[in-house]
Amino acid sequence: MFDLKKYNFTEAETGISDFSKLGEADRQRLLYSGIDVSEQGRSGSFLHMNHEGGRCQSSQPGLELMNIKDALQRFDGLPQYYWKLLNPDQDEISRSAAQNLHGGYFIRAKKGAKITEPVQSCLFIKGNGVGQNVHNLIIVEEGAELNIISGCATAEGTSEAAHLGISELYVEKGGKLTFTMIHNWGENVAVRPRSAGVVAAEGSLVNNYVLLQPVHDVTMYPTISLNGENAVARFNSVIVAPAGSYVDTGNRLLLNAPGTRGEIIARTLTTGGTIINRGFIGGYAAPAKGHLECKGLVLGEGRIHAIPELDAKADGVELSHEAAVGKIAQEEIEYLMARGLDEGEATSTIVRGFLNVDIMGLPKELQKAMDDEIQRLNAAGGM
Amino acid sequence: MLQIKDLHVEIAGNEVLKGVNLHIKPGETFILFGPNGSGKTTLLMTLMGFADYKITKGSIVFKGRDVTRAPMYERARLGLGMSFQRPPTIHGLPVRTLLEMCAKVGQASSSAGAQAAEASDSEAMDLDALARRVNFERFLGRDVNAGFSGGEIKRSEMLQLMAQKPDLLLFDEPESGVDLENMAVIGQAARRLLGGECEDGAEDCPKRQTMKSGKSGLIITHTGYILDYVNADRGQVMYEGQLCCEARPLEILEHVRKFGYQECLRCFMDEKQTIALNLPR
Repeated sequence: MFDLKKYNFTEAETGISDFSKLGEADRQRLLYSGIDVSEQGRSGSFLHMNHEGGRCQSSQPGLELMNIKDALQRFDGLPQYYWKLLNPDQDEISRSAAQNLHGGYFIRAKKGAKITEPVQSCLFIKGNGVGQNVHNLIIVEEGAELNIISGCATAEGTSEAAHLGISELYVEKGGKLTFTMIHNWGENVAVRPRSAGVVAAEGSLVNNYVLLQPVHDVTMYPTISLNGENAVARFNSVIVAPAGSYVDTGNRLLLNAPGTRGEIIARTLTTGGTIINRGFIGGYAAPAKGHLECKGLVLGEGRIHAIPELDAKADGVELSHEAAVGKIAQEEIEYLMARGLDEGEATSTIVRGFLNVDIMGLPKELQKAMDDEIQRLNAAGGM
Repeated sequence: MLQIKDLHVEIAGNEVLKGVNLHIKPGETFILFGPNGSGKTTLLMTLMGFADYKITKGSIVFKGRDVTRAPMYERARLGLGMSFQRPPTIHGLPVRTLLEMCAKVGQASSSAGAQAAEASDSEAMDLDALARRVNFERFLGRDVNAGFSGGEIKRSEMLQLMAQKPDLLLFDEPESGVDLENMAVIGQAARRLLGGECEDGAEDCPKRQTMKSGKSGLIITHTGYILDYVNADRGQVMYEGQLCCEARPLEILEHVRKFGYQECLRCFMDEKQTIALNLPR
């Protein structure tokens, strides 16, 4: 059972001001969560460690990047945005984050600004038993474009911790947001994000989630509402659960305006862990179109429970889903073996392909980490 | 190249091949005819080493090595290559990546052989040029077989074999589901594969090319269209899991066109009786 009292939300090792203060092992862990400590090819960088914010750098005109605490102060509490999509009394997670805010990021692309290179934001925990409360706010103003990589990681040697994260995101008229969240937690880390977003007319959201490493448990089920005409959203998730991981995730997409479209694509792989893969698309205005795809591979003793849901309440809504859970088809393995690959090579090639969801802006190293992980599973006989 | 002796094969407990004997020499192309369900595909799948095809008796010797129990990849690395009739889709695996894997296997097996590895190396590297030969350059970034038409699947299969460069090519109905235009592309690709990747314009007769290259083929065909492109030396009819009626492929084709496989059956029965009569002696 998840018990907030187990974690220390008041005391922890103080934060660091810069990536350069990190040791090599921790840099590597950040890399595997999509954070490039050299900051090459990044429009901005943000680092929050334990209970306080550190590095916050951006030189791009039209991009605001700051600690949420500073933003609340500077913008009079951000009454239009702060706690507008989520309810601080929703549950103990939300209450904890509302009552004892440690920080989080505020990222805003100003009207018309095109921020093409990703802004990277890192939420980092170091020290066993640390509980972290963050609140993140993303705003893409009218006609602006923004690409965010949000990497979450624990330090080398930190195995037990809790991360509670509130995220609210706003895509205003004609705005474009690509948001990629990569988790690299530890075996005993409990992760409780609570997220919601709205997309206005002609806006678009691409939301990616990558979890390749062990975690104790993650539960999250963000809701994105397409509230303006012709708004579009696409969700890609790549989830790997080794033995001991319990992952209960999914996306809820509400098509609330005519002409809205959305797609939710999930690729899940268990090598011993449990994955509950949820998905919900509600079509509440016509015309609207939505497609949901949950595909799972079970290798070994794991479990995948796919729960796709569709709800249509307007004439002219088209919703579909495709769910498939199972093992690798022998036919595919043999096809590759006939081309000279041995069984292990064939299996890992298929798994790599299965998890190969195109996600833009990921560091090469992360792609490599994904490959390494597949090789490792393969070598360990997990496949 | 290939020596099959008294091969018996079961699928899910049912005996499908009932004592097949076949010898294919280097540079020789053999055509397999036969009605649906006679066991032709089973023979190819067994040669390639598919797990569901259980050999209960007999042996397969390929390039002097007994591969009766060898795993599939070993056979492929030894120089056995097959074009599939209905290959599976592999999501997330681009054609180019698969070709690179095929080329690696091809290089490994050809460097073991006596062929000039130098020429084959540089050629294997240029996958785009290879793809252009079967009008497939636009597909290199696509996932393997995802949404491919009949002709596209066949071209993709040919291309994989072109990268792999096997010494014995197994073609399972290369003309099925293919329109005439694609048939020409596929037929020419098959001829090149059997002729050892000869350059365009080097118009040698297919027979001489194949003899020179030392590549062998085993081809299943219903329609015989492929015979317009490749030089086939010998042919036989598979009937109820046994081979009969050895003749020149075009003769068999003409015979089957005129009289159907019923006639083969009669001939086959006669043969059997003769054998039966001979037995006591």
